[in-house]
Amino acid sequence: MNATEKDLPQLEESFIEEAERIISQYPVSKRSASLPLLHLWQRHFGFVSPQGVQWIAEKLDLEPIAVEEIATFYPMIRQRPLGHYQFKVCRTLSCALAGSYEIFEYIKKSCKTVNEVGHHVYVSEDGKFSVEFVECLAACGNAPVMMLNEEEWMDVTQTKIDAILNHLIREKRKEEF
Amino acid sequence: MAKAEYRLILKHADEPGYTVDIDCYLSHGGYQVLKKALAMPPDQIIQEVKISGLRGRGGAGFPTGVKWGFINHEKNTKPVYLLCNADESEPGTFKDRQIIYKDPHQLIEGMVISAYANRAHLAYIYIRGEFAKGAEILEKALAEARERNFLGKNILGSGYELEIYVFRGAGAYICGEETGLIESLEGKRAYPRIKPPYFPAVLGLYMCPTIVNNVETLCHVKHIVEMGGAEYARIGTPNNTGTRIWCVSGDVNKPGYYEYPCGAITFGELLYEVCGGIRNGNKLKAVIPGGSSAKVLRADKKYKIPKKKEDGSTEIVEMGLEDIPLDFDTVAATGSMSGSGGIIVMDHTRDMVECLRNIAEFYAHESCGQCTPCREGSLWMKKMLDRICTGGGRPEDSKLLLEVANHIAGRTICAFGEACSWPVQSFVEMFGEEFEAKQRKESSLEILEPLTNRTA
Amino acid sequence: MSALIKNPFNHDLPPLEAPLVNVQLDGQWVKVPKGLNIIEVAKRFGKFIPHYCYHPKLSIAGNCRMCLFEMGMPKLDANRKPVVDAEERPVINWLPRPQIACATQATEGMAIRTNSKLVKDCQEGVMEFLLINHPLDCPICDQAGECRLQEYAYDFGKGRSRFVEEKVKKPKRVDFGPRIILDDERCILCSRCIRFAREIAKQDVIGFVNRGSYSTLTVYPGRVFDGNYSLNTVDICPVGALTSKDFRFKMRVWFLREAKSICTECATGCNIIIGSRENIVYRLTPRVNEEVNSHWMCDQGRLGFHYIHSKKRVTEPASHLNGSLFPLEWSEALRTVAQKLMEFPPSEIAFLVSARLTCEELYLVKKLMETLGKGTEIFSEIIPRKGVADGLLRSADLNPNTKGAIGIGIGKEGRRIEELKNKIRAKEINCLFAIHENPEEVGIQEDILSSLSFYVWQGLIPGPAVHKANILLAGASFAEKSGTMINIAGRLQKLHKAILCPGRAREDWRILRDLLLLVGVKERVFEKINDVFDAMSKEIDLFESLSWNTVGDLGIDLSQKLKNRSIL
Repeated sequence: MNATEKDLPQLEESFIEEAERIISQYPVSKRSASLPLLHLWQRHFGFVSPQGVQWIAEKLDLEPIAVEEIATFYPMIRQRPLGHYQFKVCRTLSCALAGSYEIFEYIKKSCKTVNEVGHHVYVSEDGKFSVEFVECLAACGNAPVMMLNEEEWMDVTQTKIDAILNHLIREKRKEEF
Repeated sequence: MAKAEYRLILKHADEPGYTVDIDCYLSHGGYQVLKKALAMPPDQIIQEVKISGLRGRGGAGFPTGVKWGFINHEKNTKPVYLLCNADESEPGTFKDRQIIYKDPHQLIEGMVISAYANRAHLAYIYIRGEFAKGAEILEKALAEARERNFLGKNILGSGYELEIYVFRGAGAYICGEETGLIESLEGKRAYPRIKPPYFPAVLGLYMCPTIVNNVETLCHVKHIVEMGGAEYARIGTPNNTGTRIWCVSGDVNKPGYYEYPCGAITFGELLYEVCGGIRNGNKLKAVIPGGSSAKVLRADKKYKIPKKKEDGSTEIVEMGLEDIPLDFDTVAATGSMSGSGGIIVMDHTRDMVECLRNIAEFYAHESCGQCTPCREGSLWMKKMLDRICTGGGRPEDSKLLLEVANHIAGRTICAFGEACSWPVQSFVEMFGEEFEAKQRKESSLEILEPLTNRTA
Repeated sequence: MSALIKNPFNHDLPPLEAPLVNVQLDGQWVKVPKGLNIIEVAKRFGKFIPHYCYHPKLSIAGNCRMCLFEMGMPKLDANRKPVVDAEERPVINWLPRPQIACATQATEGMAIRTNSKLVKDCQEGVMEFLLINHPLDCPICDQAGECRLQEYAYDFGKGRSRFVEEKVKKPKRVDFGPRIILDDERCILCSRCIRFAREIAKQDVIGFVNRGSYSTLTVYPGRVFDGNYSLNTVDICPVGALTSKDFRFKMRVWFLREAKSICTECATGCNIIIGSRENIVYRLTPRVNEEVNSHWMCDQGRLGFHYIHSKKRVTEPASHLNGSLFPLEWSEALRTVAQKLMEFPPSEIAFLVSARLTCEELYLVKKLMETLGKGTEIFSEIIPRKGVADGLLRSADLNPNTKGAIGIGIGKEGRRIEELKNKIRAKEINCLFAIHENPEEVGIQEDILSSLSFYVWQGLIPGPAVHKANILLAGASFAEKSGTMINIAGRLQKLHKAILCPGRAREDWRILRDLLLLVGVKERVFEKINDVFDAMSKEIDLFESLSWNTVGDLGIDLSQKLKNRSIL
């Protein structure tokens, strides 16, 4: 257990085991495991906090600046919590031609994501929904394309958005029940 | 009647009942070519690839056999690595996704054969972070392959050992550049390396010889070993061998991916017959032939294409866009490139300046920021286009856009410099009149001459 | 090279055994060592290729693109042999794509153009790009006058701006560490500071965050860049992004008079430049000397000059009477001292000498002791200062001229301090002459000093027991005198006087010379420091056959001579 681990009681055995397994895939240099560990941390905690950066740096015998540098380089790695349901709409040419900007506006309106927290990044008041633009998602033949968390959605229409939102609201109700 | 596809790589991709598990792959003759390859000396495989004339399918079209030949296996004492570039991020391209999501074992078999040929014992598949499902599919497929001894120690009793792991990216287009990919895999910011001296075949991953190949290229290797290089070279045309997967998106009725031998189909046939023509009965205006980095082609222009005659001499033929066959060299002869095969179609209702603005924002966003021209220039061009599209255009802006683009191309560390300047150069040159229309006669923002001008 | 610091890279110093190759530089065929990068090739022939990110002692980054040049390679025939022209020289194929000079190494037959139309276009382009997001800070930026953006914009830029969009905004007054302020908007992202921190200073806490045009230099939140070599990044930063807090807004660099000197904080003797104006020292910067400090110096030495202008400094000779200080004329003070010194028998006199004095001053002290001694050796000792060597530049010996003291024969490297203390207590020593040392620092406190009959103190800043001194003589700091010192590796290096002494203080060698005259050594009428050095070289065999004028600004290696005398 390194110093940061002692402060993080919620790091379960399974988490640390998974991290060790990932590190074992890079026998030549542990540093290669930095991005995979950032993914792992983000999957568990929703975003990478400074503690996350510290933990990963210690785990891989790196200076924390080395991990911070890559955490800020890759847009998929979030350093702030962003919506429980994150809509990521492609804005690049083929999807824009197919109407992705209109889809973006529709989602923004439907989810009431009014707080602008970054360039083209909006979060709802209750923090449940967020919508942002991302670059080409490599499914241009089925434009417009978007991602909802880790799921890809193609040929997106307003009808599909309505259906997704209904489903999410029903799920939320089921959770609360 | 639309020309029939030649589905070499995508043979089973959309076959009803075809699944991604290994048993399905094996029942369709999977991993037989691997058996054949392991019985051949590695250099013979490299020779077959050279004879086949296979060119990289990632966008640069560099002959794969030549790339593999860069490593001197006699003198080399360092470990060799094989990296599969599955960071498909070129706008307009969506072919590698089909292979990964629908026929992953083909990629794995191609990788094992390629790794064996290059004496690599450790390989990574660098897959873009957004392909979360794809990474899962690949991990499972690799586990299955390991289980059946197609991967790991002493593969199929040949004594050859190889391990392949999946590395997920996290949303950076620059990781598709081979040295950017290597830097990212080493756990650093994906800053491409200066070449010389950091050629991947000499100083690649962990400063060891490394081969970086596109997903589709590695799949082609399997077919080359299966049918032999000479037989493969008969598909397509001289110097443009094999099949290519063309991805069509934009203003066509049936966007999608279509596999044809090089040179077997023209733009017109592909767009009008296979893709059902332009949507809403509109007219074709512009086509970007090879992903957004390629120069745009104007539909109503004639292109001077050199054609080899029977007697060996070359003549220049004027062709319209519709008649240009889809391959590497002919498309390159138009001044553009076939790149990654991502064809983006724009019809007459589209504002070319807005299209360019969309593309420019992509490059400004994706620039890694390492070298001066690209870092500053890409954002400058985006800001200029924003201003032009929102009513602030001035008559001198077209010229300024061109000059900025000219100062980036050729002056950067990696090809991203060309990638972000070619769209600007080509759109402004091809559709100059649309830019001019957006630029008012009177300047609202003047360029000021300094009081003392440096003399000559 | 035998620098005391090990640089990981030395791009400007090719190995001596490197073969020579022929390259064509702007039309002229020249011979250069193979593998030398093109920036250094051009430099050897008086041509300057502008660059920002390249530094001869750091790894090659190749990201600024300012050093783009037009390269040509020999044209090869079908057998891959170079095609030659009438003069047996290879015919050149010029590459359409420019190359960066820092990463290109000289090979046989390469051709270089440093000022063609293509090169000018590249330079103008890169300059324009660097300036579009750069803030218009010149009026308030410390770097003005030594800023490479200013210089290259003037020499290689277009001369006009075409950028009418909004500039990128970044943090402006970031606390980078205890001694540095960072202005992110001025930063051109050359990464020199990051490479220095990682490769030489070995404090890996800074890096780039974010991407593209929004890339920003940062210190890891919670850490500070506070190593003892941090201020070197301020030197190597080509623009005013990293600035020294100590020098911030103090003085415009074009007003600074520059004097070449040596740092006196430890025995390494890093070569420095003293930047002063109107007799006030504003900053010290390192001077390149590949035999000593290469391009660097430590922060401690760099900032160790403020005491020169301390208010506590004694700036006029004075005598102590009934608890008060009475200022004296120099002639009067020195006459008193000389008289008193001659009164005591030689065995009762002790000289507490500093190893921070120059060789010339130590020589004059020696001469003084010899004259007073009349055959007997007068007790002398230096105060040793021991620190911890840091593996880079800082030496474990914190006195700059210990080797000089041993070579000239003063003291026993500090081993007799206890003996001195006891002798004073026992009244065997009744007269003490302390030069640039405070006896309180080695435990010779007030009570012991009270037993002295006569105590002369010469120096800069007195200790708490100075009221025990009968005569105070106002000496000079290292910036106020010329002279030589021998560093820990046995190198003789020169200091040059940068500023006048404050008040009525005088250079120590002049004080000692006057004392020598007063004790009867009539022929020692030295006018200039040259004379002292030349006399010293005649009498002390360590300096045999050297003269002040032959010792250059980079010093002379005396290590062999010192080894022969078992001093090294």
